[in-house]
Amino acid sequence: MDFQEKLVQELVSKHGRDRENLLPILQGVIDEERYLSEEAILKISKEMSIPAADVYGTASFYSFLDIVPRGKYVIRVCKTITCAMKGKNQILLALEDFLKIKLGDTTPDKLFTILETNCLGWCHKAPAMLVNDDVYTELTPDSVVDILREYKEEN
Amino acid sequence: MTKTKQLNRIDLIFKNENDCKEILQKSFDRSHEEIINEMVNSGLKGRGGAGFPTGLKWKLTAEETEKKKYVICNADEGEPGTFKDREILTRVPHKVLAGMAMCAKIIGAKEGYIYLRGEYKFLVPDLKKELRKFHDILDELGLNFRVEIFMGSGAYICGEESALFESMEGKRGEPRNKPPYPTQCGYLNKPTVINNVETLAHSYTIMKYGAKKFRELGVKDSWGSKVFSVSGDTPIPGIYELELGMSVQDFVDDFGDGDTKAVQVGGASGFLVPRKRFAKSHIGYQGKLTGVSLPTGGSMMIFNSSRSMYNVLNNYLDFFEEESCGQCTPCRVGCQQLLKGIKAVKRGEKPAAYLDKLLKLTDTMRLTAKCGLGQSVANSFSSIVENFREEMIY
Repeated sequence: MDFQEKLVQELVSKHGRDRENLLPILQGVIDEERYLSEEAILKISKEMSIPAADVYGTASFYSFLDIVPRGKYVIRVCKTITCAMKGKNQILLALEDFLKIKLGDTTPDKLFTILETNCLGWCHKAPAMLVNDDVYTELTPDSVVDILREYKEEN
Repeated sequence: MTKTKQLNRIDLIFKNENDCKEILQKSFDRSHEEIINEMVNSGLKGRGGAGFPTGLKWKLTAEETEKKKYVICNADEGEPGTFKDREILTRVPHKVLAGMAMCAKIIGAKEGYIYLRGEYKFLVPDLKKELRKFHDILDELGLNFRVEIFMGSGAYICGEESALFESMEGKRGEPRNKPPYPTQCGYLNKPTVINNVETLAHSYTIMKYGAKKFRELGVKDSWGSKVFSVSGDTPIPGIYELELGMSVQDFVDDFGDGDTKAVQVGGASGFLVPRKRFAKSHIGYQGKLTGVSLPTGGSMMIFNSSRSMYNVLNNYLDFFEEESCGQCTPCRVGCQQLLKGIKAVKRGEKPAAYLDKLLKLTDTMRLTAKCGLGQSVANSFSSIVENFREEMIY
């Protein structure tokens, strides 16, 4: 039994096979593997007796349930109005410049992915971003580079 | 609106009170009818934006005869410009949980959920600690009710109550046809009370201080206070509890930077109020049109004269186009066409009169979209295009 199969089985035993447990199971796979691969979707489909197309259709609806490979750290820069007004574009440019990748891409070492996202709920401290689940607010082009440098040093 | 309230800052929600056990005990000693009457008499309306009377929602669900019922706290706060629920869950989660427990006792629910938006996952450890304390209190009081956290996964539409149920049931978060309403047929098709975070916190206040005190705040049909999320061109962005019924002018006098050109009330799905209508526009639930009164989930975004309203509208439409669940054509295609349309006018590829066609399209969306998302795109679109038409063209 490979790691993924074991993971899916563990998640299904933890949460249950009923359809209402699908989201926590998908989230559990994301926590471990950073995205939902075709293989993972097929395994969940088999374990839960839900058609694979249905599992895929559900997963692809949610922006946090990635269905393409992502880096270890997914950076989501808020693009909604207040963050846009307070310099979101400069933050993105600083990120792209530092990581040498474009928006939507993942670094070759698979460490970082840069994405944009809709309102993060930090409009009074704009611009804001998430790195995985951690929130960073009142960003400047310099501060985002400092933040990412720390993540890099940890790895 | 019968009158305008001065802008009074209130301190009820965030007041440092840690007497949940006493308040719950006091409530449990009263009859269910008394509690429901207290809630109905308070005039509390849902603080998520839609404004359904909370007491009535509890009453209708209590009257259902199904054995299994649910209480759900809607913490899928995703409206651009809104961040009050996060603050409430951070600073006074026990008040929200107390509101859920009171509701559970009245309707006869044994299970409850907090549907927390994916973006707020960092709140989970503290909320779990709070839940452990809360469950201990319920055990002491003898109430068989347990609350779990259900994590969302980044979909704005899941704040719509029926889409939220679909999401909790492991499906795409697509709104359901109504009726039936959640009070009859909610999560897993069982009677469900679903309330916004702030609404539940207010119900704690009402239980503690009584409906009378709550109604001393606000104006007719918009009783009580409300937590506002203030952002944009303001020297004091943040979260403020204010009385309902204030005019936008009073708000701008306190929160603007002296050069306020417009205020977006109610987030991207709300209304844009231009300077010339500040004095005539009030914040509250009654009425539907700008100039009379503006319902809101609490988002107040301030724009000064350096801002392009074209860029603002472009940003909102980009948001709606991405967040439309895609289920109904008026919303799915409508959002795309509105976005393409304003870009074409701005580039000069379409004449200015094309904006009138787009306004007609928003009328169609308001009438035919399946849920509030598609219907409310018309609010910001028409209020921005009608008041700042020249900025859409030049």
